[in-house]
Amino acid sequence: MNKTLLSLHHLSKEFDGKTVLDSLDLEIYDGEFITLLGPSGCGKTTLLRLMAGFEQPDAGTITLSGVDLTHTPPERRPLNTVFQHYALFPHMSVFDNVAYGLKMEKRPKDEIRQRVREALAMVQLEDYANRRPHQLSGGQQQRVAIARAVVKRPKVLLLDEPLSALDYKLRRTMQVELKRLQRELGITFVFVTHDQEEALSMSDRVVVLKDGRIQQLGTPREVYERPANLFTARFVGETNFFPGTVTAVGENELRVDVLGLARTLRKPTFAVAEGQRLHVLLRPEDIRVLDPADADGLPGKIVERNYKGSTLDSVIHLADGTEVLASEFFDEDDPAFDYRLGEPVKVSWVDGWEWLLPEEVDPTPAEDRTVEA
Amino acid sequence: MTRWLSRAYLASVYLLLYLPIVVLVVFSFNDSRTGYAWGGLSLRWYQSLFNNHAMVQAMWNSLWLALSAATVSTLIGALTALALHRYRFRGKKVLNGMLFVVMMSPEIVLAISLLALFLLVGIQLGYVSLLLAHVTFCLPFVVITVMARLSGFDERLPEAARDLGASDFTMTRTVLIPVIMPALMAGWLLGFTLSLDDVVVSTFVSGPSYEILPLRIYSMVRVGLKPEVNAVGTLLLVFSLVMLMLSQWILTRSKR
Repeated sequence: MNKTLLSLHHLSKEFDGKTVLDSLDLEIYDGEFITLLGPSGCGKTTLLRLMAGFEQPDAGTITLSGVDLTHTPPERRPLNTVFQHYALFPHMSVFDNVAYGLKMEKRPKDEIRQRVREALAMVQLEDYANRRPHQLSGGQQQRVAIARAVVKRPKVLLLDEPLSALDYKLRRTMQVELKRLQRELGITFVFVTHDQEEALSMSDRVVVLKDGRIQQLGTPREVYERPANLFTARFVGETNFFPGTVTAVGENELRVDVLGLARTLRKPTFAVAEGQRLHVLLRPEDIRVLDPADADGLPGKIVERNYKGSTLDSVIHLADGTEVLASEFFDEDDPAFDYRLGEPVKVSWVDGWEWLLPEEVDPTPAEDRTVEA
Repeated sequence: MTRWLSRAYLASVYLLLYLPIVVLVVFSFNDSRTGYAWGGLSLRWYQSLFNNHAMVQAMWNSLWLALSAATVSTLIGALTALALHRYRFRGKKVLNGMLFVVMMSPEIVLAISLLALFLLVGIQLGYVSLLLAHVTFCLPFVVITVMARLSGFDERLPEAARDLGASDFTMTRTVLIPVIMPALMAGWLLGFTLSLDDVVVSTFVSGPSYEILPLRIYSMVRVGLKPEVNAVGTLLLVFSLVMLMLSQWILTRSKR
C-alpha cells in the first residue's frame, strides 16, 4: 500500500504576486484515498489543478511513478478529473460524454460501447445513456462525471469538491458510493473538500492545508485526536481550548494549572518546562458536565442546550467568560443529566483525554473562526 | 375606464405599426394599375416582377451578397469573440471599444469613410467593395452575439475535454464550436438580415456592375410608386418572417 505513486516536490505557485502554494512536498501512495482539506483560498484546488496539468507550477516537480509530468499537457497525463460542477458536455448524450475520453484514444467502436456500458453500470445509470445532461438530476450528473473520468482507467482520479453542489442526504449517499468505487477500482483518489466531516469519514489520509502549506498530514484519527497545531484543531471539528500553566514536570506526566484547577496530565511529545503556558484541548464529547456540588471541575452555568437526537449539546459559560461546548450521549439513568438553562454546573474531563499544544500566537481572531458550510 | 383606455392605446399602437404592412401586402395582389383603388385579386405584379430581368438579377445579387457577407463576418466575428474571451492581450480594451464605435457611429459616416478608403486603395466599386463594407458593419453584431454566449460558457468544459485526452484543436472542434453554435447561427442570421436591407452604406460603395435589391427598389420608388414594389415588399416580408422563425426555433431548441 505504501508505494509512492504521485510525488510532488517543492511545488510553488503564485497568482498576481500572491503565494498560493509555498514549496509544498507531498507523496501520494498507490491505491489510497487522500483528501486535501482546508478553507477556501488555502491552495487545495490549485494543488489539484497542478496535478491535472491545467496550471503550471512556478517551481517544483510532479512525478508519477518516477516519470516527470511537470510540463506534460493535461491530455497526456494518465490522471482524470471530476469537476466541482461536473462540466458535462451539454451538447452530447450521457453515452457520448462517457465515450469522449475513449474516442480520443481512438479505441475501436465495440470496445468503446462495452466500456461505456460497464462504466454506466458501475454508477447505476445504464438506462440513462441516451439522455442529455440537463435531463438528469444533480446526483445523476455527478455520477456521469465520475463514469466519464474512470472509464479511461486513470492511475489517479482527481476530485475537486465533487459533492459540494449536492444536498446533505445525497452527499451522504455519494460519499459511500465513492468509497465503494475506490475500493472496487483500486484507483488512487485525490479528493478536495472544505468539509471536514467528509474528509474524516472518507479518507485514508488527510492533508490539512492553509495558506499553501501543509498544516498536518495523517490519518483522519490522527488529525482529529492529535492535531498538530491550533489551526488544525480549530478547523477539524469543534474544540474547547483551556489555558494551562505547567507547575511541575514529572517522568511521564505534568502538573498543570487550568484556570485554578490543578490537574495531572500526560506529558506531550514537545519539550515542556516549568512555568510554560499551554493550550489544553478538549473535544466537546470529552467534556463532563457535573453537578455544582461536585468537588471537581470548573464552575459555570448552562446558556444553551441543543437536542441533537443521539446527543445533547450544551454551551456553558465559565466564571471567567470562557465558552465551553459539551456534547453528551444520552444516559437516561443519570438523574443529573438534564440541566436547565441558567443552571449552575461544573465542567470537567477525564485526565488523559486532553490534547496539549504549546502556546502559539493565535493567528485568527475568535470571530473569524467560522467554518464554511 | 382606464382599462378600456389602455386597450385602445395598445390597439392604436399596433394599428400604426402593422396597418401599412397589411396595406402593402393586400395591394400587392391588386389588379388595378392606379395602386390606390381595388381592382380585384391578381398575381400580375408578381408576374411582372419575375419578368423584369434586372429586378431578378438584383434579387440574386442581394441574396448572394447577404450570404457571403454573413458567412465571412461570422467567421471573423467568431474568432474575434474567442480571442476577446479567452486571451488577455495588449489593446484588448481598445479592440472591444472599436467594435462598439462601428456599431454606434452613424451609417453615413461609415459609408463615406469606406468610399474614401476604396477610392484611395483603388478597389473597383462592385461586389468586392460591397462585401467588404457589409462585413464591416455586420462584424460587431456577430462578435457581441457570440461573446454573450461565451460569457455563459462553463470554463471547465474545455478543461474537461483536455483532461479526457483532447488536444486544443480537437477540443475546439468537438466541444467549443458545438456549444457556441446557436450563437454562431444567430449571429449569421443577424448579419444576413442587416446586409439584405442595407441602403445607406450600399448607396455609396456599389457600382453599376453589381446592382442590389434595396437600391433597385429605391430607384423605382423615386419616379413614383409602382405596384411591383408592393410585391417585392411582400416577398421580403415573407422571407424575413421565415428567417425570424428559423432563428427563434434554433435558439429555443438549443436552450437548456
